[in-house]
Amino acid sequence: MTNLLLNVAHLGIQFGGLKAVQNVDIQLYDGELIGLIGPNGAGKTTTFNMLTGVYAPTEGTITFQGKTLNGLDPYKVTQSGISRTFQNIRLFKELTVLENVEVANHSLATHGIFASILRLPSFFTGEKKMEQQSLAFLKIFGLDVYKDELAKNLPYGMQRRLEIARALAANPKLLLLDEPAAGMNPQETHELMELIAFIRKEFNLTILLIEHDMSLVMGICERIYVLDHGQLIANGTPEEIRQNPKVIEAYLGEEVVD
Amino acid sequence: MKKSKAFWAYVAIAIIVYAVVQFSMSSGMIGSYYSNMLIIMCVNVMLAVSLHLIIGITGQFSIGHAGFMAVGAYMSAIVTMKFDLPFIVAIVAAGCVALLAGLLIGIPTLRLRGDYLAIATLGFAEIIRIVILNVDYVGGAAGMTVSRQTTWTYAFFAMLITIIVIANYTKSRHGRACIAIREDEIAADAMGINTTYYKVVAFAIGAFFAGVAGAIFSHQLFFIQPTSFGFLKSFDILIYVVLGGLGSLSGSVLAAVLLTIVSTYLAEFPETRMIIYSLVLILVMLYRPTGLLGTKEITDFFKFGKKGGKNV
Ligand SMILES: Nc1ncnc2c1ncn2[C@@H]1O[C@H](COP(=O)(O)OP(=O)(O)OP(=O)(O)O)[C@@H](O)[C@H]1O
Ligand SMILES: [Mg+2]
Repeated sequence: MTNLLLNVAHLGIQFGGLKAVQNVDIQLYDGELIGLIGPNGAGKTTTFNMLTGVYAPTEGTITFQGKTLNGLDPYKVTQSGISRTFQNIRLFKELTVLENVEVANHSLATHGIFASILRLPSFFTGEKKMEQQSLAFLKIFGLDVYKDELAKNLPYGMQRRLEIARALAANPKLLLLDEPAAGMNPQETHELMELIAFIRKEFNLTILLIEHDMSLVMGICERIYVLDHGQLIANGTPEEIRQNPKVIEAYLGEEVVD
Repeated sequence: MKKSKAFWAYVAIAIIVYAVVQFSMSSGMIGSYYSNMLIIMCVNVMLAVSLHLIIGITGQFSIGHAGFMAVGAYMSAIVTMKFDLPFIVAIVAAGCVALLAGLLIGIPTLRLRGDYLAIATLGFAEIIRIVILNVDYVGGAAGMTVSRQTTWTYAFFAMLITIIVIANYTKSRHGRACIAIREDEIAADAMGINTTYYKVVAFAIGAFFAGVAGAIFSHQLFFIQPTSFGFLKSFDILIYVVLGGLGSLSGSVLAAVLLTIVSTYLAEFPETRMIIYSLVLILVMLYRPTGLLGTKEITDFFKFGKKGGKNV
C-alpha cells in the first residue's frame, strides 16, 4: 500500500460573491502522475493557487505528508515540499537561465549573509554547490547550453522547460504543472511528456498535471480529476473518464458555447 | 577563481585613485573647494549605491532615503559632540541606528507595493525630519554645530566598503533572491524565497549605509540642519539611481559622480540647478529610458567576447 501524500478535503474559495472552487476532494499517493482537467475557467489554476498558498482557501483543508498547509505562506509551502510551474510563464527575465534555477535552489544552501559579504570559504563552497546542482537540472532539460543567456531571450518552448527545471530545483516531493505544454508544437509536447515521465522516476516525484490536450493527459496520467464550474464532476482512470457522461457533457457544452 | 582576481584588480585601482587624490590634497594641488566636492561625491555615491540595493536590486520603490541619512548625521553628531567619543565610533553608531530605523520603517511598510510603498517611505522620512526639528537636544530648526572630522580617507574608504559590501551581497544567493523578488515576487515566493525577509534585509543594509553616509556628511559640513535632509535630498538620491539605470551598481555610481560635479558648479544658482536636473532627467527618459547603463555594469563592457552571446 502506497502512502497518502496529499489529502485535500472540501476545498473551496470564494471571490466576493463568486464561488470559484467548492467542495473539492483530491487524494494523491506517493509516486502517482495525476491529471487535473476541465473546461476554461473551471477553477484548475485557482486550485493550484490554493495548494501553494497563493490564495487562502475559504473552506476545507489541505494536508500534505500529515501536515496541514492551510494559511502557510507560499515560500513555506514550497519549503515543505510542493513546487509548481505557472500557466503564464513567470521566469525571472533579467536573470540568466542558471540563476533562475539557483534561485529555486536557495533554500537548500546554508551560507549566510555575512559569509557572503565577507567572502568567507563557506560562501565559495556554498555557491559552487548551488551552481553544480543547478547545472545538473539544466542538463536534464537540455538547457545547459543556454546557462548564461538571460531567461527572457530563450525561445518559448525552452522557457516552459526552464520553468519545470526551476520548480524541480526547489526539491519537491509533489510537483504541480500548470499546462506545461501550452503553446508547444506536437514534437515539443511529445519530448516534454517523455521528460516528465523521466523526472518522475528519477526524482521519485508525485505529479499533478493540468493540461488541455486530452490525448496527452489520457496517455500518461494514471488517474484524472475533472473540474467543471469549480466542482469535481469525475475522478478515475483515463478509461473511466473517457466514458463518463458528465465529462462528455461538460466538454460538449463548452464546444457549443465556443 | 578568475572572479576574485578581477576583484583584487578593482581594489588595487581604487587604492591607487585614493593615494593619488590623497597625495594631491596634502601637497595642495587639490584645493579645499575640490576636496570638499570629492568628499561630498563619496557621500552621494554611498547614498546612491545603498538606495540602488533597495530599488534597483530588490525592486522596492522607497523614496525617503534622506530620512536614514538624517538619522545617521544626527546620531553621529550626538556621539562626537555630546559624548566626545571618537569619529569612528560615531560612524558605526550612525549606521546601526539608521539600520534600526530601517527595520522600524521597513517591517510595516514593505508589505505595501509600488506607489503605496513610495508614499509610506516618503512619509516616514518626513516624520524623521519633523521629529529632529522638534528636539531641542539637537538644536531643533536652528541646527547643530559639528566639528569637521571627515577626511578624504574616511570618506573614500567608507564609500569603498559600501560598494564592496553591496556588490558582494548582490552576487550571492541572497542578492539573487532580492533580484528574483524584483523580477517576479509571486514566482520568487513560489520558489521558496521568504520575500518579506529579503525586502527587510535590503532595506536594513541600505539604511545602514545611508546612515554612514550621513555621518561622513555631517562631519564635513561644520553644521547640520533638518532642512538638509528633506524631500529634495531624497529626490536627488532617487535621481542617481534612476539616471544610472535601475539595477546597475556602476550606473548609480556614475550618475552620482556626474551629478555631484554638475551641482557643485551650479551651487550658486539653485534654480538653474533644478532646471538642468529636470532637463537631464527628461532627456534621459526620452533617449535612454533604462538609464545611462540600463541593467549592465561598467565591467560588462570590458568583457570582450566572454559574454558576447548574451543576446540570442
Ligand atoms: N483573484 C481572483 N479574483 C476573482 N476571481 C478569480 C480570481 N482568480 C480566479 N478567479 C475566477 O475563478 C474562476 C476559475 O479560474 P481559473 O483560472 O482557476 O480557471 P482554469 O480552470 O485555470 O481555466 P483555464 O483553463 O482557462 O486556465 C474564473 O471564473 C476566474 O475568473
Ligand atoms: Mg488555468
